[in-house]
Amino acid sequence: MGMKQSLHKLKLKYEGTKMAPAFNAIHTFLYLPNETTHSGGHVRAADDLKRTMNMVILSLVPCLLFGIFNAGYQYNLQTGDVTKALSFFSLEFWNMANFSVGAWKVLPLVIVSYGVGLAVEFIFAVIKGHEVEEGYLVTGMLVPLIVPIDIPLWMLTVAVIFGVVIGKEVFGGTGMNILNPALTIRAFLFFAYPTWMSGDKVWVTGAVDTVGQPDAITGETILGSLAQNNGFMDLSTMDQFLGFIPGSVGETSKLLIIVGALILILSKIGSWRIIFSTLVGALTMGLIFNGVVSAGWIDESSKFFGLMDVVFWQHLFIGSILFGAVFMATDPVTASQTNKGKWIYGFLIGFISIMIRVFNPAYPEGVFLAILLMNVFAPTIDHYVLEGNIKRRAKRLKVKTV
Amino acid sequence: MGLLSKKDTKLILDPLTDDNPITIQVLGICSALAITAQLKPSIVMAVSVIFVMGLGNVVISLLRNLIPSKIRIIVQLIVVATLVIIVDQVLKAFAYELSKELSVFIGLIITNCIIMGRFEAFALGNGVWRSFLDGIGNALGYGIILIIVGFFRELLGSGTLFGFKVLGDPITKTGLYAIGYENNGFMVLPPMALIVVGIIIWVQRSRNTDLIEEN
Repeated sequence: MGMKQSLHKLKLKYEGTKMAPAFNAIHTFLYLPNETTHSGGHVRAADDLKRTMNMVILSLVPCLLFGIFNAGYQYNLQTGDVTKALSFFSLEFWNMANFSVGAWKVLPLVIVSYGVGLAVEFIFAVIKGHEVEEGYLVTGMLVPLIVPIDIPLWMLTVAVIFGVVIGKEVFGGTGMNILNPALTIRAFLFFAYPTWMSGDKVWVTGAVDTVGQPDAITGETILGSLAQNNGFMDLSTMDQFLGFIPGSVGETSKLLIIVGALILILSKIGSWRIIFSTLVGALTMGLIFNGVVSAGWIDESSKFFGLMDVVFWQHLFIGSILFGAVFMATDPVTASQTNKGKWIYGFLIGFISIMIRVFNPAYPEGVFLAILLMNVFAPTIDHYVLEGNIKRRAKRLKVKTV
Repeated sequence: MGLLSKKDTKLILDPLTDDNPITIQVLGICSALAITAQLKPSIVMAVSVIFVMGLGNVVISLLRNLIPSKIRIIVQLIVVATLVIIVDQVLKAFAYELSKELSVFIGLIITNCIIMGRFEAFALGNGVWRSFLDGIGNALGYGIILIIVGFFRELLGSGTLFGFKVLGDPITKTGLYAIGYENNGFMVLPPMALIVVGIIIWVQRSRNTDLIEEN
């Protein structure tokens, strides 16, 4: 208990000084503050915002670790240093060669994301004189997982500053933002530097530098390939489920995303309603497209055929719909708050995601756009759910009194 | 200051800062977002609006006692439409490329809320000279924001100013591009113009806290 006690003592010393917010940030990150309640309910659970955030980070760690190995694996697979991994625990995947290549690329992303984001938060906290808010802890972890591996670090820096300042701080900081900050960062990168965020060069490390050389590395994803009617790139559904496919750093392994989802649902941090209804929405849209294909309305000459023809449940295994549903759509700040609203909100995210995925000519994925769109509509959905409830109860009251 | 009294100077200077039509009154946003991707059209737009607004205010002020108040909006529209057509024709004759670039937005000066707003709020109730100054002042206030936004959007979005490659050549990789810099494509899109205007409003309000409304 020595450290805990001395931190509490130090806190008194810093009280009221300019650096107090910065100190408190570190203090409350490590321990629950020793404040006592003065009014209201005196018995409180220990899971404050920081503990909640840490739980989300915990559920992201498997994805991050897998992302590091996968980044190296995809590279080494193409240079021929490893052979195809056949099972989840295959040593072709979990080895030092993969880890060293991957860590060299992924850890800088994590460091830049956290360093820049937290620096912006600290600056704002000191200027405004309030406590440093916890919001960036999760955002900082999400950002490296949703960008292509080779994104230049200065671009990430610019995007993180933009996302934290324009996406969050101008609205009043953590808990006040309309848009999910991590997705704001991704959207900024996507619209500002599209050549680094889409196409067939950026998803495997080294692909950009080796363009045109005889030992060129291809950096294409399954979605990119499908969008050009080129099929699944010889990657089986099992590969997609386990995550041995190219893609953004942390979103490839569906298995580990499900593990993360279970952690979130069991600890009651993530809303299972949103996750479930997002997947239902995605499957519905997939079924509609399958129907369009089997009804013969479009044929193989159509440029949408490749993606429309994907069997509806396979949409969940390619692209980032699962990652978006579990870690992005469930963000409690930007999602709908009412239970009925959550069903509508999630369903529309899944529905629109697959729609954009199929119809977007520039970029065969739409999860982040769909979630941002629904972030904007979440308050409207809540409003009408509440109105409906009020009306229904007013009616009931009327019947009773009559 | 023989020409301008203190009150007259205020008419010109106020719209440039604390009573800016774009950042304070939030009028005329559409054209500010649409044509500021580059500096040149921004300046042409600013000059056009200065012309239309200065002259329009003078005409309306001259006619102010003759216009029946029931049909004043129609009269205002006719005046502004006439002036806009003059601008449009001049641009088509002498700067065809620019005119094509600005396309419909020159025509849309007619519906620019700032112009109708100044006709209604000022020219209908003030003398010719003061109305002229007010028109010029507000158009300058509009133009200055356009030019600031255009400057940042062209510099960061295309790496050029007035078409000159000030940051180096992105294709042959000279200047800044040699060390890996790339143009920010988002800057060229209208949403980013809205954000740039928003940042200008933010800066202005944090420098002059009187502007912040109490709620």
